[in-house]
This record gives sequence, C-alpha cells and structure tokens, in this order.
Amino acid sequence: MISLTGVLGQLFAIALALLLAPLLTGWVNQCRAWLQNRAAPPLLQPYYTLHKLFHKDVVLAHNASALFRFAPFIIFGCMVLACAIIPSLSTDLPFAPAADALALVGVFGLARVFIALAGMDVGTSFGTLGGRREMLIGFLAEPALLMVIFTMAMIAQSTSVATIVETLAHRELVIYPSIAFAGIAFTMVSFAENARVPVDNPATHLELTMIHEAMILEYSGRHLALLEWAASLKLYAYSCLGLALFFPWGIAERDNFLALIAALPVLLVKLVIGGALVALLETINAKMRIFRAPEFLGTAFLLAVLGLLVRLLLESRV
Amino acid sequence: MSQAVPLYAQLINLLAAVILLLGFAMLAQRRVIQLIDLFALQGFALFLSTLVVAVKTGQHHLFYSAGLTLVLKVILLPWILHRLVRKLHIKGEVEGLINIPTTTLIGLGLVIIAFNVATPISQLSSTITRGTLGIALATVMLAFLMMITRKKAITQVVGFLAMENGLFLAATSATYGMPMVVELGIALDVLVGMVILGVFFFQIRDQFDSLDIHHMEQLKE
Repeated sequence: MISLTGVLGQLFAIALALLLAPLLTGWVNQCRAWLQNRAAPPLLQPYYTLHKLFHKDVVLAHNASALFRFAPFIIFGCMVLACAIIPSLSTDLPFAPAADALALVGVFGLARVFIALAGMDVGTSFGTLGGRREMLIGFLAEPALLMVIFTMAMIAQSTSVATIVETLAHRELVIYPSIAFAGIAFTMVSFAENARVPVDNPATHLELTMIHEAMILEYSGRHLALLEWAASLKLYAYSCLGLALFFPWGIAERDNFLALIAALPVLLVKLVIGGALVALLETINAKMRIFRAPEFLGTAFLLAVLGLLVRLLLESRV
Repeated sequence: MSQAVPLYAQLINLLAAVILLLGFAMLAQRRVIQLIDLFALQGFALFLSTLVVAVKTGQHHLFYSAGLTLVLKVILLPWILHRLVRKLHIKGEVEGLINIPTTTLIGLGLVIIAFNVATPISQLSSTITRGTLGIALATVMLAFLMMITRKKAITQVVGFLAMENGLFLAATSATYGMPMVVELGIALDVLVGMVILGVFFFQIRDQFDSLDIHHMEQLKE
C-alpha cells in the first residue's frame, strides 16, 4: 500500500512546508507593505529573524514552569503534523491515516491550548489576557471550521483530507453554492485563526488589542524562533488546506511521480496569488473591536451551516 | 454525484442561494440605507433567477414578471424608500428587540424548519426549479423574523417587501409563476401599500416624534 513515491512525496512535502512557510509569511508582509505605501521588508526577512533568534540566549522568568519550556516544541510539532496531513503536493500521503479532517481540527486545538497555557504560565497580565482572548476566538472559530469540513466530507463521503481532495479534484467544473459558502466561511475562519487583521494584527506589539503577540510576549531566543516558525507553518497549513479544498487542480495523485514534480510550480503560483489576496484583504479591512469578533465568527459559522443546508436541499438529488 | 448538472439548474440554485444569503444579510444589517440596498440586491437576484427560468422554459409571462420585478423591486421601491429615509431624516443604527447574533441564530433554526417542511412539498412539483422552494419558504420566514424583531416602522416595511420577494420566488419555483393578472395585482398592491405606508410614516412621526412603533402601544381614544 505504501509506495516509495508516497514516502518520498510525504518527506518532500514536510521539508517543503518547513522551508516555504517563512517565505509565505515574508511574501504576505511584503505585499501588505506595498499596498500600504510603506517600504517593504526583504522577502527573506522571516529567515533572518529566525536565524537571529536561534542564536540568541533564552531568558526565562523565575517562575516559569516546565510547561513554558516545552510548549514551543509541542506547538511546533503540532504544526508540522498538520502540514504533513494536508495534501499540498500530492494526495498520496502515507502519513494521512494518522489523522482525518476532524483530528486535524483537534491538532490545531491542541496547539491552541498549549499556547494559551504557556501565555498564562508566567503570570503576567498580558499573557493571561492573550490566552483568554485566544480561547474565545478558538471556541468560536472551531465550530465554523468543523461545519466547513462536514460540508466537504459530505461531498466526498469521507472525512479523510486526502480522499476529500481527491474527490474534489476529479469532479467536473460545476457551480456549487455550498462550496462557495464554505469557501467564504473558511476564509473568515483562517483570518481569525492566523491572527490576521480583522480579528488580530500580527504586526503589532504592546497594544491593548493584541491576541497572539500577547501570549508569546515572554518568550525569547530559540523558543520564540520556534513559535514564530510555528505561526508561519500555521499560515502555510491553512493556505494549503484552503487551496486543496477549493482549488484542488494540479495536485498529484497516487503513484504519479511526474505529476508530483509538476505540482510544485502549481502550488507556488497558487500560494503567490493566495498570499497577495490575503494581504489585499488585510489592507482593505480595518481591525475590529474584540467584541465584534464573535459576530464576525458567528457570520462564518452561519455561512458554513448555510452551505451544509444548501448542500442537503439543492444538491442531494444531484 | 458525477452526472452533469445542466448549467441553468446550477445558475438557478446559485441565485436561490444568493437570495437566501441576502435574506440573512438583511437580518443582520444595522443601518437603514444599507438595508434598502440589500433589498434592491435581493430583488435583482430574484430578477435574474426569474429570467433564467423564463429563458429555459420559454414561458412568455415569466419574462413580463421578470421585467416587473426589475422595475418595481430593483428601481422603484428602493428609490421610494431612499426618498422616505431622506425626508424623514432617519439616521444611525436600527435597533432590534434581540441582538443581531441571536437573531441570525434563530434565523438559522427557521431555515432548517423551512427546508424540512418544503422537501416533501417540492417533490409534488414537476418544475425544474422545485428544489428552490425550501429557499423561498426560508426567505419568507427570515423576512417575517425581521418584521418581528425590528422596532422601527421603516425596517418592518422592508421586511414586508422582502417577504413578498420570497413569495414570488416560491411561486416561480413551484408553478412557474402565478397567472399574469394575479401578479400584476400583487405588484400594484405592493406599490400602493408602499405609498400609503410612506404617508403613514409621516403621520406616525408627527404624532410620536419617532418611528418606533413601540409608542403605538400607548394609543388611546
């Protein structure tokens, strides 16, 4: 069952995710700077930051527990696992049976719990505040994400991400209102989950509205590097999941080595366009008050459920 | 799953889904001006969907009702409403009896009910558009909910008009539209009703200095 191509593809996909994730973050930051008439940071800036942070010493608070030290590794591990399950290049992933789409949401949830706990661990007020807000956002974003996945799972009759993507890539080009709804809901959820503009601002420190940055304020050195890398990986994972679910063309299939090679430029082009769109959406939206976030995510949930219902009503006979 | 779905059916389904989405957007909208614009958009989606059905089935009277929808619901009624809002100096947010997220959640429940109720009914019909009957029913119920949860007279009227949109969609999807005479009659009714309600708005405001119909509970002889 497990072919050599599959194993190679799997390893290649993980290595690519690790290497490409900071580049995607750099690209989004660069586009954002251009759109906002600022001088853009270099495309490779995230790598420089990681390099710098890995060479710095770790400063730990006196009352930091073991959890504080282990959390970055767990979070990083969760994100690598997520990137391994999501078919970015090929649907032939020997690793895929490790977790289906529902468990994937659980993996993201695990990372969220640990980052919130780590934020609270040292006991500064900013960390606690960030952790509580993160849990609020997560608790609202997760049901919407699950509903999107249910819609997709109903179309493919399976909850395995690889099977879903395979089924979607094989169908002919038909307008499904349910997929459109699910796509919009997924976009909204990814913005909230990745601490992007309408919900959180990834570019700000020491502001009362921050969520993600507030939790990692106490981290330094290699721990911070891992967390920054994990944040990039999360953005990459969500981008790949979105691209695989809603634009599945060009992803290679089982035992097709040539397609695997051809899938790489396709993925790159899709990521470049997707990253630019993320930057555009971030620029044209204003950051909303934290108390508006439930409404934003409520809308995402509503759209996802509507997608599911419309699928049941209009497309079940099809 | 893999049989080809004809393009017109895809378009009708898509437009029906858009109408439903706009119904929710109206339910969640806080400002009056945007509410009227959304209503006009819903009318436009309705016009497009009627047009697609008309082209597909070749029923002449559907072309007329599509044209009627365009003139009345996309141009005339929004124009009257905008004019009323300007003349009555209505500004700011529409306040509801229940907050917006709760309202949309109730709306979601109504959609589930509507879909369940409509599925057996739509199986009796033989039109190409019968699947959208559930959406039409849901649109009616969402508009109903908007009338119930809003306090201001003008948003209630928009709700009433949106309900008519839903009924129109139901008629088109179940039986390819009502007879021309009935349709013309309803169109005229809606238009006249709108004009009379416009006069009413001024009366209500003169009497209570507000368009909040809550005050009308204190009416005395």
